[in-house]
Amino acid sequence: MILQIIADGLIVGSTIALGAIGLTMTYSLLRFANFAHGEFIAWGAYLALTFLGFFIALGGGGAMAPLGPFSFGWQLLAALVAGAIATAILALVLDWLLFDRLSAQGSAIVLTIASFGAALALRNFLQFVYGTLPAYYTRELQIAIHIVPRDVGGGLRATPDQLFVLALALVLVVGLHLFLQRTTAGRAMRAVAHNPALARVTGIDVASVVRWTWILGAILAAVAGTFAGLVGQLRPQIGFDLLLPLFAAAILGGIGSVPGAVIGGLIVGLAESAAVPLIGAEYRAAAAFGVLIAILLVRPQGLFAERAK
Amino acid sequence: MSEFLPVLSYATFFLVFASIFATMALGLNLQWGYTGLFNVGVAGFVAVGAYASALLTTPPDAGPGAVRVVGLGLPIVVGWIGGTVAAGLVAAAVGFAALRLRHDYLAIATFGIAVVIQLVALNAQKLTGGPFGIQFIPKPFDAQLDGSLAFNALYLALTLAALGCVYAALQRLAASPWGRVLRAIREDETAAEALGKRAFAFRLQSFAIGGAIMGFGGALYAHFVGYIAPEDFLPILTFQIWTMLIVGGAGSNRGAIAGTVVVWAIWTIAGNGLRELIPAADQARAASLQIVLVGVLLAAMLLWRPQGLLGPRPSKSPSA
Repeated sequence: MILQIIADGLIVGSTIALGAIGLTMTYSLLRFANFAHGEFIAWGAYLALTFLGFFIALGGGGAMAPLGPFSFGWQLLAALVAGAIATAILALVLDWLLFDRLSAQGSAIVLTIASFGAALALRNFLQFVYGTLPAYYTRELQIAIHIVPRDVGGGLRATPDQLFVLALALVLVVGLHLFLQRTTAGRAMRAVAHNPALARVTGIDVASVVRWTWILGAILAAVAGTFAGLVGQLRPQIGFDLLLPLFAAAILGGIGSVPGAVIGGLIVGLAESAAVPLIGAEYRAAAAFGVLIAILLVRPQGLFAERAK
Repeated sequence: MSEFLPVLSYATFFLVFASIFATMALGLNLQWGYTGLFNVGVAGFVAVGAYASALLTTPPDAGPGAVRVVGLGLPIVVGWIGGTVAAGLVAAAVGFAALRLRHDYLAIATFGIAVVIQLVALNAQKLTGGPFGIQFIPKPFDAQLDGSLAFNALYLALTLAALGCVYAALQRLAASPWGRVLRAIREDETAAEALGKRAFAFRLQSFAIGGAIMGFGGALYAHFVGYIAPEDFLPILTFQIWTMLIVGGAGSNRGAIAGTVVVWAIWTIAGNGLRELIPAADQARAASLQIVLVGVLLAAMLLWRPQGLLGPRPSKSPSA
């Protein structure tokens, strides 16, 4: 039982972590809480669904031939990439239309209000385009495989899709970490997050760094949305429902810290999954709120704060 | 005369809602316009007021298969007071956790409390009736009045009186030393603290009073419609109130009221227009488009006229 709770928590947590990375990056760089970030997740998931239909039609229609043990074929991987690119474009357009103009006016809290309005508009536009009924990438049924036999810690079962999600999330997180630590572009991003004025003086193109932060955040959000849709179902509220866990994870990890967002995401995922036997599945979403309030009361700068504030 | 009755009935209905929303917008104006506190959980505080008032005044479900087992059947006035106090207490608790910190943490915490309140409303069936909500909430003087027009007109008088009282009280508060300290903290917290004003205490008071006013608005709503359910308190409500305040002009109580009437009129007209234009099968989608429209209105207002219709000069507008 306990092993299964941990495994479920890690799978949910990896989705939260991917979303929280983008949130924490835009938060520390642009200094506002972006309530529209959840909608990048939802749009990413649904855009991937549209591209999936396109790629399946391209491959001659019919059903998608599954790859190995997974429930999906190459078409979903292609749709994941295409959906992520389209979501990045969406984020750039939103920045150009709204956030960039508003940040020129100066007040960060106005950006937060605007992002709240943008989130509702984006979510309802999604609902207008795709309708409210749940959707699926694939109808293929998956059998959970035994990874740990039942007599050890209650046993552990997971579907190949879930393992795929965990593995790809890990690859993305490690890749992003190396990018931020080792490449010039990554260092420029961290420099702007720490001190925009100083970064500008040293010749860093701040506008370009802001653009790349939106692109990276949106790509990770789209991947998170596609993962959530793959191991669950697609609903227009998929992004809204993840928003509170994302904020809890980003604050728990310390705003601006990418490793913090990952660990925060896993902790929130574990808390949600542990909440099910404790307070019931219907109150699962309250676990993220509990984590959030606890961290605000005890250690508001987060576990891995990058800068004192 | 008789052909005017539906129009008159609709007009009173429209104005009752406008005055209830305006009450909530005044609560938000105290928090945001005067104090610079960003509350993303307006719908949650409204819900607390509505549910608390309904539970105090409505008897539990009767008969076999009754879902809701809590309810007191007290007079409506007790419900209104109880709803106001309950929302104020919830606001104080949230404010206590989040107000010492960066301003945007309050936004996230209020967003979270609204989500949790929504969860409780949906799932604590014995208390809230779950998705079925609370029905047969008593309406004032319902037994003595015949016809909905008479009730609507009476309730309009009540809500206008309530709005007038809240408006007058807030105007007095804003002009009082207490209101001046709030503005001082908003403009320059360090200077205010240096003068010996404890910013946290003033913020907490402002946030709790604002939350209580929202709860009062929720209680007014519950006893007008006579039925509340979790879906009445979705984030869209928060968003509507925010748009009303921003359009009218944050920092001005008259602006909050004017913005409410303008946005509520646009909302109603857009809703009716979309219902006319879009075929019946796609009505649910039309409702989504209505929200998109108001979202665009809010963004456009922030971009091109951030001080709103009647707000103070931009230089005085709240800034982080």
